[in-house]
Parts: sequence; C-alpha cells; structure tokens
Amino acid sequence: MSAARATVAVVRSERAPLVDTLHEWVTTVDHKRLGILYIIYALLFLAFGGIEAIIIRIQLIRPHNTFVSPQVFNRMFTMHGTTMIFFAAMPLVFGFANYLVPLMIGARDTAFPRLNAFSFWLTAFGGLLLYFSFLGGNGLYGAGNAPDVGWFAYAPLTSRTFSPGHSTDFWILALLLSGIGSMGTAINIAATVLCMRCPGMTLGKMPLLAWLNFTMAGLVILSMSPLTAAQLMLLVDRYLGGHFFDVQAGGSAVLWMHFFWIFGHPEVYVLAIPAFAFASEIIPVFSRKPIFGYPVMVAATLAIGFISMSVWAHHMFTVGMTSAGNTFFVLSTMAIAVPTGIKIFNWLATIWGGKVQYRTPMLFCVAFLFQFLIAGLTGIMLAAAPFDWQLSGSYFVVAHFHYVIVGGILFTIFGAFYYWFPKMSGRMYNEALGKVHFWLFTAGFHLTFDFMHVPGVLGMPRRIYTYEPGRGWDIWNLVITIGVLFQAVATLVFLGNLLWSKLWGKVAGSDPWDGWTLEWSTASPPPAYNFPSLPEVRSRRPLWDLKHPEDPDWHYE
Amino acid sequence: MSSQANAAVTSLWEGGRSPYAVNSKKFGMWLFVVSDALTFSALLMAYTYLRVSTPNWPTPFHFSPSIVFSSIMTFVLLSSSLTMVMGVHTMNHGNRKATVGWILATMAGGLAFVVLHLREWLNLINNEHITIFGNPMDVPLFGGTFFTLTGLHMTHVICGVIYLGIIAAGVGRGKFKAEDVEVSGLYWHFVDLVWMFIFPLVYLMSARI
Ligand SMILES: [Cu+2]
Repeated sequence: MSAARATVAVVRSERAPLVDTLHEWVTTVDHKRLGILYIIYALLFLAFGGIEAIIIRIQLIRPHNTFVSPQVFNRMFTMHGTTMIFFAAMPLVFGFANYLVPLMIGARDTAFPRLNAFSFWLTAFGGLLLYFSFLGGNGLYGAGNAPDVGWFAYAPLTSRTFSPGHSTDFWILALLLSGIGSMGTAINIAATVLCMRCPGMTLGKMPLLAWLNFTMAGLVILSMSPLTAAQLMLLVDRYLGGHFFDVQAGGSAVLWMHFFWIFGHPEVYVLAIPAFAFASEIIPVFSRKPIFGYPVMVAATLAIGFISMSVWAHHMFTVGMTSAGNTFFVLSTMAIAVPTGIKIFNWLATIWGGKVQYRTPMLFCVAFLFQFLIAGLTGIMLAAAPFDWQLSGSYFVVAHFHYVIVGGILFTIFGAFYYWFPKMSGRMYNEALGKVHFWLFTAGFHLTFDFMHVPGVLGMPRRIYTYEPGRGWDIWNLVITIGVLFQAVATLVFLGNLLWSKLWGKVAGSDPWDGWTLEWSTASPPPAYNFPSLPEVRSRRPLWDLKHPEDPDWHYE
Repeated sequence: MSSQANAAVTSLWEGGRSPYAVNSKKFGMWLFVVSDALTFSALLMAYTYLRVSTPNWPTPFHFSPSIVFSSIMTFVLLSSSLTMVMGVHTMNHGNRKATVGWILATMAGGLAFVVLHLREWLNLINNEHITIFGNPMDVPLFGGTFFTLTGLHMTHVICGVIYLGIIAAGVGRGKFKAEDVEVSGLYWHFVDLVWMFIFPLVYLMSARI
C-alpha cells in the first residue's frame, strides 16, 4: 500500500511540464496517440455539426419561424453535412482504425507512422480551413461567409456566377486537403493489415475488425480519387476560367453529379463497414460466443465493398437517365441488400443462445441491429426508381440516410467508445451514466428520425428554410425538434462520462471484458511499443486459447 | 494432398512476413499508384465525355511543331524510364555510384520533358491563342481539358524529379536500400505510363494532318 503510494508520488514528480507534453502530442507518430488525436478532433467537430443541426431544427420547429435568415439556414445545412461526413464521422472511423488495427494484429505500429501523422494533420487543417470560412469567407458583393451550396455542391450553384466570394473555395480546399489525408491513412491501414501481422496471424485468423477496416481502406483508395479530380476541375472552373461544369460553354453539370456520387455512395460504406467491424467485435464478446460464420462475414464484406462501387447513380434517378441505366442501378443497389442481410443474420446467430450481457456497448449494438435493418428497408424502397422519383429530395430521404448514419453508424461508434475506453484510458467508464446516455439517445433518435419519414411522405422538401402552416407538417416538425433536444442532452452525458471517467473512473486493468483479441493482452493504456511479448496466435481468438488451454479454438478451426 | 496445398497457402499468407515478399513500402506505393491512376482516369473520363458530347471538337495540333514536339517529349520520357531501370539494376548489385549517375540521367530526362512541354504550351498560348478559358475555335472546353490534364501530369513529373533528387542524394551518402530506389522507380514508371495515355488521347487524336 505505502509502496504503491510511493511509486505514485515518484511518477507525479516526474510528470513532464505541460509544454513538453503538448510538444510530444503534436510531434507524435505513435498510432495510439494519433488515433486519440483523430477521435478528440472528431468529437470537437461532432459538437460543431450538432450545434448546426440544433440551429436547423429550431428554425423548423414551427411554420414561418424567423430564428435564422434563409441565407444562414443554407450555410447551416451545408456546414452540418460537410462537417459530419468529412470531419466527424471519417476521423472517428480513422481514429479507431488507427488505434485498434495494429493492436489487434499484434504489430508495433502502423506500416507508415510518419505518413500517418502527416495525414492526420492534413485532415485537421482541412477542418480548420472549412471553419475559418466563417471569419475569412466574406467575398465581394456582400456574399456570404460559410459555404452554402449543400454538401454535394451541385453545379452550377458552385460557379462564380451563383457563388461569388470565397465560401465555395474554402469548401473545395478543405475537402481536397482532408481527401489527401484520407488517402494517406487508407494506404497506411491497408499496408498495415497486409504487411505487419504478427507471426501466426494469417489472413484467415485476423480479427474481423482488421478485415473490415482493410476493406474500408480499399474503398477509400478507390473512391476518393474521383472526388479529388472533380475538386481540381471545379478549382480550374472557378479560378482559371475553365468550363468543365459550365453548361453554357459546353460543359456538363451531370458530370459533377457522377463524380460526386462515384465518391459519395462508397463513402457511406467507408463509414458503415467500420461500424460493422465494431459490431462484429462487441457482439461476440457480450454474447460469450465466437462470431457466427466468420468466412461468410468476410466474404459478405468484400461483396458489399465491391457492389458499392457500382451503385452511385441511384442518387441520380431524377436526373433522367435511360431506362437501361435506371434498371442497372436499381438492380445493383438492391443486390447490396443480400450481403448486408447475411451480416445481420450472422450477428443474430451470434447472439442466439449466448449468455448475453447487456452492458452499454452491447446495448448500442443491439439497437444498431434494429435500426440498421429499418434503414436498409427504406434504402430498398428508395432504390426502386419510381418510388425515388416520388420522394427524392424530400424529408423521407433525409430520414433514411440519418437512420443509416446515426441509427446505424453512430450507434456502433458509441458502442466502440464504451468498449475500448478502458483500453485507451486505463479507466472504466461509469456504467449508469452510459445507460442514461443510451436510453436518452435512443429515445431522441426515434423521436427525431422515425417521425421525419412522415412529413417526407407528405411532400415536405429537404433544405427549405421554412414552410406554411396547415400542410400537415407542423406537428411532425415539432416532435422532430423535441427529439433533437434529447439527443443533445444524451451527447452531453456521454462527453461528461468520458471526462469524469478519465479523471476519476475505476482502474480498468488490461482485460475488463474477458476479451479474446490481442489488444486485451497488453496493459491499459498500452505502452508505446504495444506488446512486451505476444501470445501464440493459432486461432481467431488467441486469448481464449491462452485462458482455456484445455479447450483451445485451434482444435476446431 | 490437399493438406499439402493448404500448408503452402498458409505459409504464403503467414503473419510475420509479407505476402508475396512485397514489403510495406512497395505495397504502399502500389496503393498510391492505384489511387492516383484513378484520379487521372477520372480526368480522362471527363475529357472523353466532354469531347464526345461536343459536335465540333477542334483538332489544332499541326504536325510541326506540336506533334513533332510531343513525340520528342514522349521519346525523352520513355528513355528516362530506361535509365531508371538501369538505376534500380545497379542498386540491386550494390553499385551506388552508378546508381546516382543513372538517377541523375533520369532526372535530366524528366527536366527535359518539362522544358519541352512548357515550350509547347507557350507555342499554343502565343501562336495559336489557345488558353484555358478560350480559343479561336470557339470550343472553350478544349483548352480547359488540355491544360488541366497535361498540367496535372507535368506537376507529377516535377514532383518525381524532386523525389528522385532526394533519393539520389541519399544513395550518394550511403543512405537508402535497393528497395527504396525501386519504389521511387515505381512512381517514375507510373508517371510515364500516364503520359502514354495522354499522348494519344490528347495529342494524336487532335492532330491536324
Ligand atoms: Cu447511395
């Protein structure tokens, strides 16, 4: 006891001054620290994007509201979408991938640590550049400051004529920078998974999280480039007088749509596949059973990645394609439902007959299963071109993709936070607060996004800054905004829980969940070199083998 | 028998060593090449799409000087790939001095390409009055696609020359392994390969003979 006190005192006195600590963090190339930097940065932008969502919803709480002007409203939904996709969701995904992939495959670090740091800082500066537009974006003619062209920035809205000033330029440059950063991170993750596995860790014995993040990295590598090229062309149009997207001079506005969605659809899976990865790690551990159908899960993931490259024009049914084109994209989009369904059945089969422990991470994953199913079903509805002609550009679409991104992706990310928080911080989170967060957020999520489908079906278009009373939309909009309030409070509980637990939480120990993958075999938080020694890897659950030498997995695999 | 085949497959993908003996640097460069190739293909697709949908796409490149010039440029760039191959070869045999020489020759080829290309640009701008925003043929997209495609490629060549310069300096001072030279060669050959698409699609198809 007193000896322990003494060591604590020694550690305290040796703590480096704040400047040194900051310097260490800024110059770090350690994948764990970069992962945490990514995550903290993403939480900051999650808060920004959330505040913008709240402003949007306050404006829409009742008809003829004048909380913000139409111009500000346009900026808010543009910044909300751009922020949440590029500067909250992607950095969260990359942060967890950075932190977890090397630990789970038994590597000392990623394949390219310095590229890793470079990519993080590019992404970070991209986000800062985007938000600098609020200060520096004022252009000529009293043009607005922040970007207001929508997150997919269709031509000709982005041309000099309709978007004077520099707000759109901030948008382009921010996305170019963060896009190059994403590319670097993706290359790093893919190379790490293939080249850095520890002895015994064959591809067939990798944790699913490594497989799924490898697929995600492949999707980023393949889909980011068209967006980069499109941004280059847009820059040429805006600065050098080019005419790529200028219909008046022979250019094509549809070209931009194609390039954007060739990126934009796989992007959904760039976010969703890591979300599947979290579910695939959390559900088995809290069901006390190995994942059901590992090879099928891997195959389904690769199939999703492959098919998702060929469905982009389902965002463009209303543009007027040929019926052959429509048919192709309807069928390919619906085909994605097959491997996704296989995954859902595999997760259910994993839970089936298990000793399920409803800790906070598991709660989020169970809610994810239900919500992702509904999101997928409305997705299949929208994949049918005639249905899409009716509801494209309505709140039904907004409800659908928020169901995917919040109900599917954000829920598993919250689960991942609670599951790996003990590993990252060395402390246990507060279970009661975690459950409060879960129930508040789930209630708010369903209030907001279940009821958002209704005004969509009733014909409420997305992106309108206000509406007339008496169209049957009023009550739904009120309920939607009330739901947002719940979500905001829940998110504050979540952030408070993280802070409180980091400072005063119980010490977690190296393996609080009785886990099976390699990250639980080292200290929490892990030392800079990750592993003092590695257990022998002979199956997909090396720590199970270690803990149960009488009945190891490699007897069966 | 099948278990033997299985064993062979497992050992190939065994953790703790690289699959197909490709190390992570080379693999990373390959991935970069894939993504960059897609950026160029996106631009080439845009160019093709706009060209096909424009009824009277101009063909302003006279045999002399444009086609002659661009053919010489192609020759110079291809030769620089050959010298790069020689550089990788000598490095594999541990002859660092020769490697520095070959890499310098490659850089000279790249620089010559850039200088020739800039002269060709100036010829178009000054004599043919083709710029990025307009031209006498009244198809403004022609200049936009031409200068964007060739400009992005030229940027890649310039970056490549700088990259090779760093490698050459390092090799001369005893730094870097044979692998690193090979990886830089990979990039250089890729830049050449892109030109082998741009040259016929942009120059030859717009030649006036
Ligand atoms: Cu889509």
